[in-house]
Amino acid sequence: MNLLATLRIALNALKVNKLRSTLTMLGIIIGVGAVITMLAVGNGAQARVEEQIKSLGSNIMIMFPGSTVAGGARGGAGTSQSLTEDDAAAIVREVPEVQVAAPSMRGTGQAIYGNSNWSTTFYGINNDYFEAREWPLVAGRDFEAAELSGAGKVAVIGQSVLAKLFGETALPEDAIGQTVRVRQVPFTVIGVLARKGQSMLGSDQDDVIFVPLATARNRLFGNQAGKLRRVGTVSIKTRDGMSMSEAEEKIRALMRQRHRLQPGQDDDFTIRNLTEILQAQEASSRILTILLAAVAGVSLLVGGIGIMNIMLVSVTERTREIGLRMAVGARARDILNQFLVEAVTLSLIGALLGILIGFAGSMSIGNFAGWRVEIEAEAVLMAVGFAAGIGIFFGYYPARKASRLKPIEALRYE
Amino acid sequence: MAEPLIRTRDLAKEYRMGETVVRALDGVSLSIDAGEFVAVMGPSGSGKSTFMNLIGCLDAPTAGDYFLAGENVAHLSGDALAAIRNRRVGFVFQQFNLLPRTTAQENVELPLLYTGLPKAERRARAKLRLEQVGLGERLDHQPSQLSGGQQQRVAIARALVNDPVLVLADEPTGALDSRTSVEVMGLLQSLNREGITVVLVTHEHDVAAFARRIIGFRDGRVVEDRANAALDARAAQPA
Repeated sequence: MNLLATLRIALNALKVNKLRSTLTMLGIIIGVGAVITMLAVGNGAQARVEEQIKSLGSNIMIMFPGSTVAGGARGGAGTSQSLTEDDAAAIVREVPEVQVAAPSMRGTGQAIYGNSNWSTTFYGINNDYFEAREWPLVAGRDFEAAELSGAGKVAVIGQSVLAKLFGETALPEDAIGQTVRVRQVPFTVIGVLARKGQSMLGSDQDDVIFVPLATARNRLFGNQAGKLRRVGTVSIKTRDGMSMSEAEEKIRALMRQRHRLQPGQDDDFTIRNLTEILQAQEASSRILTILLAAVAGVSLLVGGIGIMNIMLVSVTERTREIGLRMAVGARARDILNQFLVEAVTLSLIGALLGILIGFAGSMSIGNFAGWRVEIEAEAVLMAVGFAAGIGIFFGYYPARKASRLKPIEALRYE
Repeated sequence: MAEPLIRTRDLAKEYRMGETVVRALDGVSLSIDAGEFVAVMGPSGSGKSTFMNLIGCLDAPTAGDYFLAGENVAHLSGDALAAIRNRRVGFVFQQFNLLPRTTAQENVELPLLYTGLPKAERRARAKLRLEQVGLGERLDHQPSQLSGGQQQRVAIARALVNDPVLVLADEPTGALDSRTSVEVMGLLQSLNREGITVVLVTHEHDVAAFARRIIGFRDGRVVEDRANAALDARAAQPA
């Protein structure tokens, strides 16, 4: 007997008991829907973290200055001006795990081009910063040595600044060579950076102007009082495959030595290992995904047991039919196939409806909770495959029971 | 003499019921030629139904041999027996055993499904057989929409659809009133005239009277095997 005919018999049998078939399918529908929705939520969370890691640059630590203590009152983080360019240079030199340590100073100011202006953030940096953040240029060039040492009035701008000053449709090349004034200081734009997107905290990382460190210190901050070579933060990138926590310990020891801190004295700097924080987040969101899917999988399993239950009832109810089919020439495997196909049809129709439910559920969670959801083709295929597997697994026992009936006994069954 | 269609040799069947062993058939040796119309009679428990199940290949004997058209089929596998039932035997049951909520057409097609014929051919053959039993107008009726006699005629069409050499009828009139019984028996009789071997199990004498040979069973043994004298007498007279 061919598969198509078997399928038709199965569909007819399911049609005869519509309510029962629907209720049985409900277990699979809910199971598949739940698996797809949970995986979509979990994958969405994971994708968000992964994106953050990517925009941050890999293996990144950030070192901030510590707090000042004035008359017993402790200022907040960053209030002291303890970090210098020399600290950054020493870290690269002394700690072998460190690939690059990029000092930077941050400020805000009004940027003006032609008749448009925009309040933005500027950073004084050197080229190491682009390496640490893995941030390529899309037009122009980065700073030259003479510009860095001679406080050259040149700037590299982010995509948002480009759009705000030069117009939404401006090409990166349009900005090159133009003069932009920041805090009344004219800068020649020499480069435009690639788009970076949102930061971990949701701020726009492309709304930024980069100038050489010396230029920022001398011309934008107006040579405020303080250490001559002080910097705001140091972005540290460790080499691939090196332990970040080990590097962190070595940097801490080096910094305490350089700042001549006594044992027992507080650090005058803070190191934040962003990559590790994000990786921990990623790991926990991955575990969450697995957990959610496992819980949803249990409901799929329960749905499978429902199928088995109904198939067993069905085999008992249709014992005479089985006997008759055997009497007119059905072989044991024809009967086995018939009931197996029925169970698999039940679970596959359930799976298809479950996919619709899963899509609807994911969309509504995405809309109402505002979470990011991502439905992956693999997740859908997996759920359907799992449902088919459940149909075969839980359908096999009842089907085998049916196929092992003796024609005589089945025919006489009351 | 040609090989008979059915030949059994010391055919025996035992059932185990708890501790006791019931010998339902106790060494039956007989032959039925192609084209015969045989009624198997006997009280309940005489072994007539067991005999019928064995020659219909629905069950396997405990001992002895059964030759169907010369081939020993007593100890074939389940699948081989299914193939024989499918292609060479047609069954008519007391309770009709039609599939509910299924049209007459589809009920008759059922054996062809396991023969592997294409759909168009299945439909054509089923239609032909239903017309042959006088139900050409009721192809799309479900069993619940048919009378008992019509249902049994659908069952006969189903038994014939695979062109069997042997039709086995187990109390085919047991669930019918006497008028429709006569109709159904007349149908079996006309099939027999077309050359199909019919074996009928019954305990009613007026049903057995349609057969040309009567075999009596008691306690698992053949106690009587005679030609139906009445029928022969009737046949001798011009109708």
